[in-house]
Amino acid sequence: MTLSPSFKRSLWVFHFNTGSCNGCDIEIVATITPRYDPERFGVRLVGSPKHADVLLVTGPVTKKMAPRLRRVYEQMPSPKVVMCIGSCGQSGGVFYDSYNLDGPVDDVIPVDVYVPGCPPRPEAIIYGVVTALTKLERIERGEE
Amino acid sequence: MLSMDILLVTILAAIGLSIIGIALGLILLGIDRRISARMQARIGPPLRQPFIDLKKLLSKENVIPENAIPSLFNAAPIVALASSIVVLLYLPIGSMMPILGGYGDLILVMYLLAVPALAMVAGGFASGSPYATVGAQREMVSMIAYELPLASIVIAVAWLLYSSGVADPFALTSIVANPIWSLVGPLGVVGLIILLLTFAWVSPAELSKIPFDTPEAETELAGGVLVEYSGKNLGLFTVAQGVKTLVMGGLAVAIFFPWNLSPLFGLTGYVALTVDAAFFFAKVILLMILSVTVIRTGLARFRITHVVTLFWVWLGVAGLFGLSLVILDSVLRGWF
Repeated sequence: MTLSPSFKRSLWVFHFNTGSCNGCDIEIVATITPRYDPERFGVRLVGSPKHADVLLVTGPVTKKMAPRLRRVYEQMPSPKVVMCIGSCGQSGGVFYDSYNLDGPVDDVIPVDVYVPGCPPRPEAIIYGVVTALTKLERIERGEE
Repeated sequence: MLSMDILLVTILAAIGLSIIGIALGLILLGIDRRISARMQARIGPPLRQPFIDLKKLLSKENVIPENAIPSLFNAAPIVALASSIVVLLYLPIGSMMPILGGYGDLILVMYLLAVPALAMVAGGFASGSPYATVGAQREMVSMIAYELPLASIVIAVAWLLYSSGVADPFALTSIVANPIWSLVGPLGVVGLIILLLTFAWVSPAELSKIPFDTPEAETELAGGVLVEYSGKNLGLFTVAQGVKTLVMGGLAVAIFFPWNLSPLFGLTGYVALTVDAAFFFAKVILLMILSVTVIRTGLARFRITHVVTLFWVWLGVAGLFGLSLVILDSVLRGWF
């Protein structure tokens, strides 16, 4: 079974901040500005994880946010993809030796696509979304 | 008593119109998103984007929250969609008379318009989420708020037809057959324009669009009444939203712009029906762009207190003022 064509053209994105410095969040907002206009490909930022297909996680996951991140992930209806935006979510970034971290993100929930950068450029985030689509296709085909 | 033949034709026509209504409603949502994007200097999604979204939503998992009431939670989107389609069946489309026209009038349409909103309220309370509960309360408050101006419009139209000696002044067929602009003098025209503008402000509230999307408020309530809905149920709500958009446009056309093209060109039969239906949808699209898309792109969201003040004080006064101008006009004409 391949991913229905409608899925590729209608990705709804939920953004979750797990203790980020806001740099990545500002870049995500920059990504949805008229300059890049991802809505022409059906990409939409939604307010509830129940509506989302893609979870954008920013930040290094503080101890307070870890259970909440897990809950938000579990609330999303499948099929779903998790994108980790920024270096913090991959390694802890500048906060790597903080006493207060439960992360990186992939210690808490499974991550499908990593977008490195501190913060990543909007182009990188868009490239990450495209990678997420191919990953979703592989999931649907049962390869992963 | 209905004979079997008429019953069968009615049912078939109703099914056909429902399918057409759903398709056109979704296209209307697509046009709305596209125009809004163009106003923001974006390219915007293709016109068939709502269809793509719907197809995706239908293929997704349908999550029912643990502390929801499943029966009510699942029934709400179906009731919302069904009731919006029923309203559509009461509306005259072009020169085609409403399929259910013999069974109800403008008052019934007004009450049926409240049913999708009530279904959303029930679904919101049933989903057992605090966000949805707050959203449902706000939906109720805004529903109570916009009923007053809407009622003043309905009263004005019915009173106008009654005072002009039209039989059955509440029936939509007689409203369409006697364009209200031809029944009034200059003072009444001013009153009707005020009522038209009031209706243009009631439409976005009825459709929960910005600036009146306080019940859904994505940024503060995370989707409000819809917060717990996913997959198939959310898809049904999207379809209901599309049909409701079509219905509000259709109601505005039926009350304020009921003219058809076929008498102008002397068309008859099926050609006339097709041309009039196409003209009807063109009018609906134009009205919806003006009263929903432009307003929602140009304004920010009102707080719920502002919504109530706006509808009860400002638009309530405007509606009553329009109504009294219409009444004054016909009283003055009776004297001279």
